This record gives sequence, C-alpha cells and structure tokens, in this order.
Amino acid sequence: MSALIFSLFIFVLACFIGFELISKVPPTLHTPLMSGANAISGITIVGALIVAGGVGGDLGKYLGLAAIIFASINVVGGFMVTDRMLEMFKKKEDDK
Amino acid sequence: MSQFLPDSVLTWLPDVIQLLYLVATAFFIRGLKLLNSPQTARRGNMLASIGMLIGIVVTLFDQQIVSFELIIIGVLIGGLIGAILAKKVAMTAMPELVAVFNGFGGGASALVAWGELARYESISAIDSTGMITIGLSVFIGSLTFTGSFIAFGKLKGFISGNAITFPGLNIINIGSMFAVLVLIVLYTINPANTTLFWVILGVSLLIGVTSVIPIGGADMPVVISLLNSYSGIAASMAGFVLGNNLLIVSGALVGAAGLILTNIMCKAMNRSLANVIFGSFGGDGASGGSGGADGDKSVRETSAEDLAIQVAYASKVVIVPGYGLAVAQAQHIVKEVAANLEERGVQVKYGVHPVAGRMPGHMNVLLAEADVPYDVLYDMDQINPEFASTDVVLIIGANDVVNPMAKTSPGSPIYGMPILDVDEAKRTIVFKRSLSVGYAGIDNPLFYAEKNQMFFGDAKKSLQALNEALKDV
Repeated sequence: MSALIFSLFIFVLACFIGFELISKVPPTLHTPLMSGANAISGITIVGALIVAGGVGGDLGKYLGLAAIIFASINVVGGFMVTDRMLEMFKKKEDDK
Repeated sequence: MSQFLPDSVLTWLPDVIQLLYLVATAFFIRGLKLLNSPQTARRGNMLASIGMLIGIVVTLFDQQIVSFELIIIGVLIGGLIGAILAKKVAMTAMPELVAVFNGFGGGASALVAWGELARYESISAIDSTGMITIGLSVFIGSLTFTGSFIAFGKLKGFISGNAITFPGLNIINIGSMFAVLVLIVLYTINPANTTLFWVILGVSLLIGVTSVIPIGGADMPVVISLLNSYSGIAASMAGFVLGNNLLIVSGALVGAAGLILTNIMCKAMNRSLANVIFGSFGGDGASGGSGGADGDKSVRETSAEDLAIQVAYASKVVIVPGYGLAVAQAQHIVKEVAANLEERGVQVKYGVHPVAGRMPGHMNVLLAEADVPYDVLYDMDQINPEFASTDVVLIIGANDVVNPMAKTSPGSPIYGMPILDVDEAKRTIVFKRSLSVGYAGIDNPLFYAEKNQMFFGDAKKSLQALNEALKDV
C-alpha cells in the first residue's frame, strides 16, 4: 500500500507542476503545445517495451507489440508534426 | 540489454535507470516550459523529444526485458507510420491528425495495462491495487481511443459534425461510467472472472463513442483538448500499473496541460465543461434562433470591385478568420491580399478568437503555414479595443465568434460568450457561402446590420477575385 501512496504523491505533485507550467500560454502556441504534450503522453511506450520484451505468455507479448506500435505512432508522429508546425511560426521580418 | 552487462554493473543498474528517468522528466518539464513562448517553442519540443529518447533507451536496459524482436518490429512499424503521417498530412488537416495521435496514445496505455494483466500466469498473483489501476487504465485508455477516433471522424466529415443525440443519452453515459467503476471494483474482488474484464473493456470503448458523438463541431476545440488530457491521465495510470515514476509524472504533466487548455477553451465560450459535454450544443434542428419575421431583414451585398476600393483606401483593416477559412483552404490567398494591402500602406492585423476553428490555436497554425508572422495575429483581448479605429473588418468563414447576440440577447444559447467586437468598426464585410446559421444554429444579426456587407461565395474564390480587383484600383 505504501508504494501506491508514494506514487499518488508523485502524481499529485506532477499535476501541480503541469498546471504551473502551462498557465499562460499564448493562443499562437495552443496547437503546438497540445500536440507536443500529446507526444509526451506517448511515454507509455516505456510500459509497452516492458510488456512486449518481458517474460510472460504470448497474449501479453502481442498486446505489448500492439502497444509499442500505437505508442510509436504517437511519439514519432507527435514530435515531428509539432516541429513541423513550429518551424512555420515566424516573427515579422524587419526588412520592410 | 542488461544481459550484456557484467554482474558488477547489474547491482546498481536499477538505481541508474531511475536516475536517468529523473533526467528524462526534467527534459519534459523544461521542454513544456519552453513551449510557452514562440521564440523558444521549437527548442522546447526538441528537449521533450530528447527526454523521450532517454526514457526509451534507458528502459531497454531494464532487467525485465529479455527479448527484443517484438520491440524492434513495433518501433519500426509505429515510427514509420507516425513519421509518414507527420510529414505528409496537410496543415489544414491538423485537427484530425492531433485527434488520431491522441487516440493511439490512449489506446497504447490501455494495451499496456491489458498486456500486464495477460503476462501474469495466474491473475491472483496481482494485488488489489494492481487490479484497480489496471481497470482504470483500461477504462481511460479505451475511451480516449474510441473518443479520439469519433472526433477524427467528425472533423473529417465521415460522421456528422452536428450534435447527434437522443433523449436520455447523457443519463446513459453517466450511468455507464459509474457502472464501469463498479465493475472495476467487482473485478478486483473477483479477478478470476474474466467476463468482467471484457465487459469493462467493451463498455469503456463504447463510452468513448457515445460521449463524443453528441458534441457539436463548434465545441471540438474543447473535446480535442479534453481528450489530450485523458491520454495523459491514461499514461499516468499505466505508470501506476507498472510502478513506473516516469510514466506517472509525464502522464500527469500532460493531463494537467490538457485540462488547462480545456479550461481556456471553455472560458472563451463562457460555458462550463459540463455544459459542453452534456449540453449537446449546436444541433442542426435549431431554426434561425429567436429571430423575428424574416421579411424585415435585408442584407447588403458587395462585389469584389467595390470591396477592393473600400480596403485599398482604408487605413486599417482587420481580418477575422474562422473555420470557413480552413474549409476553403484560403489561408494563402488571405496572406496575398494582406500583403497587397500593406504595400499600399494599409495597416493589416488579424483578430483571432480563441475558439475559432476546430482545435485550440487552429487559425494560428493555418496562417503560419501561409507565412503570416505570428506577431500580426492578435488575440481577442488585444484586438477588441482596436475595432473602433478600424475602417474595414474582413470576416472570413467566422460566424458565432462575431455574433452580437452574445452580448445583446440574454435568451440566446451563446449569450455571455466573449466575442470579437467587430460591430464597432466602420464597416464589416462577411465572406460567406450563404446566409445559413453557424454551428451554434442561431441567426447572426450582424449580417443585417447597416454597416455590414455580405460577400457571398467560396472564401478562396472571393479572395482571389478581391486580389484581382485590387490590381485595378
């Protein structure tokens, strides 16, 4: 039970950090923030690696494989598309 | 990969892994922080991806991992699909893509929990906390999965963008959510009953469908950011299942970020989250709102030539983009018209409502694609004081966000929603295909105002005509 309490502590504190971090994002960055955060949620791939590569029955492994595929799409696609978007965001050039 | 390491290393390996997880967490936090400012955002995204790489590589050394075939196959397949989607998808399809990625993230978390359950030879080996967290993870992950794909279908037009609902749907949804929670408790008490697991999985998947289907297109920014939050919470839950702090922290960060965005979107519509989820706003049945007789309303039409003269001799023009701009893919031609006007010495600004479009920041991304610098995009609070000194406002594909009924008519469903005060400008021009109502399903008195002129037609074609006409002025 104490392990669960410890995890809860971490969870709640991390939530507060999240709220503080994102409190005043300009609207320009709403989409990139969302897709960047979305890519971070693909961290579940770490769990997928353990499930797919660990000891256990076949069903578990194949579920793990599916999880890896899903999470990889999320991670790779998420970070790349965020970068593609941010690349487009430019400040007005002073040449005029 | 731990089997390749000498025994002396193995004794302190778990601690090293945890410490490097902490480093990865720091990268995520720093990355999110840098995503708060346009100048640093790209670096922030880069840092977050480095954090992810650290997390993945370090995990490969976890002693629980003994085989790598499936890992390599999975990462290659998934990575390739993700990369292709990210590179190929048009910027106009960004809301759909975000929804899809979100769905895969949520789905992955559910699969991780399910896989963890399946790995155990006998289910009784999992303690009750393990069972509860597995249940919750499957629940949230599955509903994120199906919910995101329904949102995708709605954005793509496969499923009607209107609110699809029937009486009692909300009660069914709330009831099912409680039922799943009860089932999770029952399953924890009686883990041998696998039927319970299937019911939990099935009902969770179904809740994702039935809770997103009744939400109208205009509320999509709220739904997308809420689903984003869910995918974070799902990852966090998977972390509880595996006892993995990296997952718990990163998931919580994303969950919190998503909730903040959701809250910003709700505020921009002056509605509560509950009202968005259960309100079934934006049905197609609403007929012209509370408006009076149609006979006494007339609109003034304008032509490209007439409009060209008006904007060419204006000193300040504000462009108000909306979802219609995205549909017509008119972002490039808008930029051309603006450049043309700027050359003539006209000051051009863009006024962007926080919920314009189908996801948070939709218009900003669209205009950025057309090379519109972000510092000429003004948000609602910045642009509203400027309308009084504006000569012409070009309203392109926006409707509800400029509807004065939000200020004047307490009976209107959008009453209280903060809007762009375009009616304070000397002239407003509405680019629109017809006089049809917006997603909120209510009439817009702005169209009939004396200072307003309508420019009927497809936004892209209309702007092209305007651009041509400007050459002759």
